[in-house]
Amino acid sequence: MNPRISEIWVYLAASPLLGLTLTLLAYQGALLVSKRCHGHPLANPVLIAVTALVALLWLTGTPYRTYFDGAQFVHFLLGPATVALAIPLYAQFKRLVLMAAPLLAALLAGSLTAAFSAVLIGHLLGASDATLLSLAPKSVTTPIAMGIAERIGGLPSLTAVLVILTGILGAVGARSLYRLLKIDDHAVRGFAIGVASHGIGTAQAFQISEQAGAFAALAMGLNGLVTALLLPWLLPPLMRWLS
Amino acid sequence: MLNAMTLLLLFQLAGEAIVLFFGLPVPGPAIGMALLFASLAWRGSVPVALRETAQNLLQHLSLLFVPAGVGVMLHFQRMADEWLPIIVALIASTFITIAVTAGVLRALTRHDQTHADTEPQP
Repeated sequence: MNPRISEIWVYLAASPLLGLTLTLLAYQGALLVSKRCHGHPLANPVLIAVTALVALLWLTGTPYRTYFDGAQFVHFLLGPATVALAIPLYAQFKRLVLMAAPLLAALLAGSLTAAFSAVLIGHLLGASDATLLSLAPKSVTTPIAMGIAERIGGLPSLTAVLVILTGILGAVGARSLYRLLKIDDHAVRGFAIGVASHGIGTAQAFQISEQAGAFAALAMGLNGLVTALLLPWLLPPLMRWLS
Repeated sequence: MLNAMTLLLLFQLAGEAIVLFFGLPVPGPAIGMALLFASLAWRGSVPVALRETAQNLLQHLSLLFVPAGVGVMLHFQRMADEWLPIIVALIASTFITIAVTAGVLRALTRHDQTHADTEPQP
């Protein structure tokens, strides 16, 4: 790198503007790629944007903290966005009341399966306790999951990464899984992917149909709430039993 | 837009305050969401500005996950040490969860198919 350019880089990299701008640029670029691939699940915008940013930071030797000083402004919006989930949730209010019992049963089954299957499989394969506790809330949307991880003694920043990987996995694999299990109902498809893969799964569900998306948003909101309520009570006994 | 954003932040703030005050194990934004949902149910409709702002915010929900996702670079060492349990747990658990949730919901809604048929379409 030319010394002049590297001086400019050092200066800009120290201000929040660069991290913020790079995040938006990487995401818009990722959206373009995803559109080019006709929304193929493997061309997931989050996956592409994160990979590009990690590569760039690594190549320029920029620490994550410096990047996050700028990117935190985007990250902060996760809070109000979580609150805003109440609106699609309310839009499905009538359906929610009509299907209350089956939805609640599926929600509880899915929520507990998500946390306990991850912890049990991780334990069987020898993961450390910190990793297990960070894995437990992986199906819940990031701000809630990070809050839960902090409560139960996991590493919130590791949880954030595991949450995003879970989202991408669900978004990538759900279509084939539904074909295999012969699940066609869009409400069922949306709800299941929302429970397992939160916001990233919900974005994918909106590509199936509006109805699938609404049920995914519903499932994501409810699962966040249920997991936040249950996990801090149910996980410690499981961890004691495992150790 | 501005009013709606203020409203969302107010509900989040209320959620955080309640969590701190009662020492709840639930994250603040989750309580904020529950409070907003209850308010909307009580009011009986969603203000137009709030609906539009929420739509804008949720339309690019994926973008909001990017900064936290880049945090993967902080955990390369742990990932390198524990990649097998992490990857297998994530893949297996995600697919098992989708299958269990979809299976339970399908089994229970098929059961009251007659209800579903009479239900008005939105």
